[in-house]
Amino acid sequence: MTATTTLPNSLRSQPDARGHFGEFGGRYVAETLMPLILDLEREYRAAKQDPAFKAEFDELLRQYVGRPNPLYFAERLTENLGGAKIYLKREELNHTGAHKINNCIGQILLAKRMGKTRIIAETGAGQHGVATATVAALFNIPCTIFMGAVDVERQKPNVFRMKLLGAEVRAVESGTRTLKDAMNEALRDWVANVHDTFYIIGTAAGPHPYPELVRDFQSVIGKEAREQILEAEGRLPDMLVACVGGGSNAIGLFHPFLDDTDVQMVGVEAAGHGLDDLHAASLAGGSPGILHGNKTYLLQDEDGQIADAHSISAGLDYPGIGPEHSWLHSIGRVRYEPVTDDEALAAFQKLCKLEGIIPALESSHALAVLERIAPALGKDKIIVVSLSGRGDKDIFSVAQALGVEL
Amino acid sequence: MSRPGTRIAAAFARCRAEGRAALVTFVTGGDPTPADTGAILDALVEGGADVIELGMPFTDPMADGKAIQLANIRSLGSGTKTPDLFAIATAFRARHPATPLVLMGYANPMVRRGPQWFADACTAAGVDGVICVDLPPEEDAELGPVLRAAGIDIISLATPTTDAARLPAVLDHASGFLYYVSVAGITGQQQAAVDDIAAAVARLKAGTDLPVAVGFGVRTPEQAAAIATHADGVVVGSAIVDIIGEHGANAAPLVRDKVASLRAAIDKSIKAVA
Repeated sequence: MTATTTLPNSLRSQPDARGHFGEFGGRYVAETLMPLILDLEREYRAAKQDPAFKAEFDELLRQYVGRPNPLYFAERLTENLGGAKIYLKREELNHTGAHKINNCIGQILLAKRMGKTRIIAETGAGQHGVATATVAALFNIPCTIFMGAVDVERQKPNVFRMKLLGAEVRAVESGTRTLKDAMNEALRDWVANVHDTFYIIGTAAGPHPYPELVRDFQSVIGKEAREQILEAEGRLPDMLVACVGGGSNAIGLFHPFLDDTDVQMVGVEAAGHGLDDLHAASLAGGSPGILHGNKTYLLQDEDGQIADAHSISAGLDYPGIGPEHSWLHSIGRVRYEPVTDDEALAAFQKLCKLEGIIPALESSHALAVLERIAPALGKDKIIVVSLSGRGDKDIFSVAQALGVEL
Repeated sequence: MSRPGTRIAAAFARCRAEGRAALVTFVTGGDPTPADTGAILDALVEGGADVIELGMPFTDPMADGKAIQLANIRSLGSGTKTPDLFAIATAFRARHPATPLVLMGYANPMVRRGPQWFADACTAAGVDGVICVDLPPEEDAELGPVLRAAGIDIISLATPTTDAARLPAVLDHASGFLYYVSVAGITGQQQAAVDDIAAAVARLKAGTDLPVAVGFGVRTPEQAAAIATHADGVVVGSAIVDIIGEHGANAAPLVRDKVASLRAAIDKSIKAVA
C-alpha cells in the first residue's frame, strides 16, 4: 500500500483518542479491565504534563540506567560490509543489558503515581522480567513475573537473576507454555487483582494506552540518536534499522524520525527456520487479528487460532507485533524484512569478532539485514542500527546452535 | 432494547412468569470432540437449562480459569474448526426450535472471516445471541453493527469494576440479557458474596429493563439458589465443563444430572424481587 491523502500531517500524532493507529491498536479487553485501562490513560496524560514526572524519569535514566549511551561508529563492520557507514546505538550498555529498562523505569513511576502496591509482568527470554524485577527492587514494590514453563527451563540464569532481585517467578503451564501464555496468565492475574496491581507490559503492544506509553518511554533511544548523529555527522542518517518482536526498541528509535521523509526505516522480523517453516514474522507471514488487547498482525490460522511462533531469539518469539508497526507497515513508511535464525547467528559471530561486542540474538537480526542493505548503499550514506541488547544471556543458545558443548 | 419475540426474551419472560430465575449453562463447543457436543447440549436442555451458551474454542482464552482453558485445549486438540461450531449450532437448532442458543468466545475467531461472515453464519445456524469477552463497548464497531442488523443479540458484560460512569455505555449496546460477572477475576474461581451480588443486580436493574443473569464462580445448587433469589438468571459453566473434562464422551448423563440438580434448586428458590 502507498501513502494516501487520508494520512495525517504528522506521522508522530498517532494513536487517535480511542487508541487506534489507523485500523490497528484499540482496547480489546474484558470489561473488568476497562475502567483500569481508562484510569491508566488519564494518569499517563497527567504524568506527561507534570514536569516532576519527567524530571524523575530523566534523572533515573541518567544516574541509574547510565544514559545517554553512545552512538558508536562501527568502523571495522563498515569496512567489512564495504558500503554505508554503520553507527550502533548502544542500548546494550544500559543497566540490565538492554533497552527494556527504559520502559520499566517509566512504568514503575506510573505505578507509584497511581498508588499501586504490587507489580506483575510477563517475560519470554527473561530480559523484561529482569528489568521489571530490577525496578521493583529499586522502588521496594513486590513483584510477580509470569514466564512460560518452557522458557523457565531454557532461561535458567535469568530466572535466578529475577529471584535474586526479589521477584516471584511463576512458571506458566497453560497453552504452549511460552511468552504468549505468560501474557495470558498475567492478564488473568491482573483481572483478579485490579485494585492494587500494576501490569508492566514489556513491549509496545497490548491495549491502549500501553503501545503509546511504551513507545514514548522508549523514544529516548531515537531522541538521543538524533542528537548524536547530528553532532557526529552534521546531518540525519539515511536509514534506521532495528529488530522487531513486539517492536519496542524499533518504535523507540523510529518514532522521533517518522516525519523526516529522507530517513528510511527498516524493521527486522524473525524468520526463524524460514517463512515457509516455523517463524515469528507477523507482518511477512501473518494477517490482522485481535490478541492481547489490540488489533495487529498475528500468526494465525483460518479460524483465528493463534499459531506457535519460532525464533532462535526468545525475545522475538511472539506471534504478534505492536500495532503501530502494523500501521507503519500498512502505510509503507517502514519497510519490514525477515531474517532467519542462521542469518542472525552469522551476524552475531561477525560482530563479536569485528567489534568486540557480543550482541543479543534479537539485535543480531538487525545486524544481519545489513548484509543485504549496507553494501548496496554508497559510502557516503549513513545507517543507524539499534543494538538493543547484549548477548551474554544468549551464549548457551548460540553454543547449542553451533554444536559447541559448554 | 429487549425485543419481545426473540427466543432469549421469550425464555426469560417464561421464567419470570413461572416466578423463577433462568438457568443459563455453558459448555465449550467441540469438547471433547465436535461429535460429542450434540449429546451434551441435549443433556443441558433435558436437565432443564433455559439458555445455552456454546463456547467457541480459542488458543488464548485469557479470561478463563483452568477448567475452561482445558476445555479449549481438548476441543482444539480434537480438531474443532469454526465451521464445526456452526454445524453443531445448526443441528441443535433443528432439534430444539425454541431453546435460545448464545455463542460465547473471544473476538479473534469471531472476526477472522469478517464480521459479516460471522453474522451470516450465526443467522443461518439459528444463533440468538453473541457474548464476546474481549469486545468492550469502546470496540463495539468491530462486531456490534453487523450483529444488530442481523437481529442477533449482543449480550453485554458488566463487572464489579463497571462504575456508575461506565454503566450507561455498557447498557447502551446491550440486548438480550445483561451478564453480570460477579467477581473481578477469571471463570470458575471464587464466588462473590450473595449480598454483594444482590446490591450489584439492584444497581444494574435500576438502569435497564433487560434481564440480569449472574455468573462466574457459581458451582453448586446451593450457590445457584442463593443467586436465583436476586437475579433473573444464573450462569453455570466451569462446574459442568469439569464433568466433561473428567468423563469425556460419556459425560452427557452426568451433565444432565448436574443441570437437573441446579434447576431443582433454582425452582425452589423464591425470588426476593418480582
